[in-house]
Amino acid sequence: MISIANLSVSFGAVHALTNVSFDAAKGKITAILGANGAGKTTLLRTITGLEEAASGEISLEGTSLLNMRTEDIARAGVGHVPEGRGVIAEFTVLENLRLGSLAAKVNFQDGLAEQFELFPVLGERRSQHAATLSGGERQMLAMARALIAKPSVLLLDEPSLGLAPLVTAEMMATISQLCEKQSLTVLLVEQNAKSALKVAHDAVVLHLGNVVAAASAQEVASDERLRQYYLGLVDQ
Amino acid sequence: MSDVFLGITNGVLYGLIALSLVIVWRSTSILNFAQGAMAMFAAYLGMTMSSHGLNFWACFAIALAAGFALGGLTERVLVRPLYKRPEINSIVVMVGFLGLLESAAAAIWSTAPRTLESPFSQIYFEHHSTTISLSPFALFQIISALVIMTAVGAIFRYTNLGLQLRAAALAPEVARLLGVRVNRLLTFGWMLSSAAGVVAAVVISSSGSIGLSPTIMDGFFVYGFIAAAIGGLESPVGAVVAGLLIGLVQQFLQDYAPSGISSFAPVIILVVALMIRPQGLFSTTKARRV
Ligand SMILES: Nc1ncnc2c1ncn2[C@@H]1O[C@H](COP(=O)(O)OP(=O)(O)O)[C@@H](O)[C@H]1O
Ligand SMILES: [Mg+2]
Repeated sequence: MISIANLSVSFGAVHALTNVSFDAAKGKITAILGANGAGKTTLLRTITGLEEAASGEISLEGTSLLNMRTEDIARAGVGHVPEGRGVIAEFTVLENLRLGSLAAKVNFQDGLAEQFELFPVLGERRSQHAATLSGGERQMLAMARALIAKPSVLLLDEPSLGLAPLVTAEMMATISQLCEKQSLTVLLVEQNAKSALKVAHDAVVLHLGNVVAAASAQEVASDERLRQYYLGLVDQ
Repeated sequence: MSDVFLGITNGVLYGLIALSLVIVWRSTSILNFAQGAMAMFAAYLGMTMSSHGLNFWACFAIALAAGFALGGLTERVLVRPLYKRPEINSIVVMVGFLGLLESAAAAIWSTAPRTLESPFSQIYFEHHSTTISLSPFALFQIISALVIMTAVGAIFRYTNLGLQLRAAALAPEVARLLGVRVNRLLTFGWMLSSAAGVVAAVVISSSGSIGLSPTIMDGFFVYGFIAAAIGGLESPVGAVVAGLLIGLVQQFLQDYAPSGISSFAPVIILVVALMIRPQGLFSTTKARRV
């Protein structure tokens, strides 16, 4: 379980997160929803130590992640696929994956076989530079690179951004399947509330750095006020 | 043919220095103006051991070890606080460090050139009673430079360490998210760079015609720096090729052009090269991410 308590993060005068509290259950998908600028990316970046918390606490299975270095948080089993995916364009698919496996000290060949089974297209493109991949393939590569290290927590920052609806649906199905099979704890940041709520167990809605709702995905999805004002979901 | 050998013999030294600069630039975006002086200092440390009866190879090894240590120490103490500062800070600090090392060396070892006795003769080979401008020493010089260049290339290209080094340079934040200990790698990059420069300095100090003095690396550094710039600063291969090119052009000018022109060779090549390809001859990247 990832536990966030009274977390505040500021950039100078900008309060990106204010007193954010919620728990993300182990082995479940928690969607983090909200408009552009709500603080979703900042939340994930603070969890992995890329931004500094002004106050509050973040813990993984009871161990505080604050004051830990990003690389040590990664080694503790937190995989973070950043906004924009962060694949290294100059590297081949294989090099990107190898990089992901090194710190975790897992068997690269075994991990590779597993990821190619999950994302067959990566196997076909293994020797290509990441620069030549499509948006969907890059997202798959970024996820595979995080997964090959066998994390217990996976942070995904807008995986559907720029993807066609069909590809997004596939991506969401894969995330759901992963979470189930590997009892992975997933924090799924999305502006695309509709597709995220389909696969999420729980949902947290952020607005200007504040939590306006933290409940089951079902409850959030059926709350008219949330749908209308914060999620941009208008009923037909 | 003579020109080719002489040109290559000098060119590999420029290439080594350029390579050393490129390693540091790629990983930390810092131009190490003290690079030549660091190599000089490490070479002195190795050389002092020869007066304690150690042979050439032992002194070479000690100089290399000193180079590794000095590179690591410099990154940790001087360079690390500079990463998030404006570029001018690093220029001032590195030029200051250059001055410090040179005056310290002069104070400790005096400014008189000293030579490290090498086991290689500097007498040119003969082939069917024609002399070739290539001596066993020159051969040693070329081979040791090539060994270092190949080793550095192989580390970057084929090892896990090299993959992590490249990742740390290209995308430090992503590398951290994948558990790469970027800080340690940057230190290692400086160590590697420094050791590559030391090989050049040891060769220079054991070449009877030059010898080691506190400011001896200044001239070589300028040529190496220009080679790195021609190569595009990002490209290790470009740095080495440009180093060789400068050595060759310089040699041809020395033999066929009016006297005095040859010392301008690197500058002429740089100007021409930058006119043809302002981003450097071998550079492929458009903008730096670090
Ligand atoms: N590095 C930064 N410097 C200054 N302000 C920032 C920085 N990163 C984010 N912010 C601000 O913090 C707020 C939250 O941003 P972000 O976490 O990126 O939102 P989201 O991912 O939900 O779109 C925004 O107002 C944004 O402008
Ligand atoms: Mg964002």
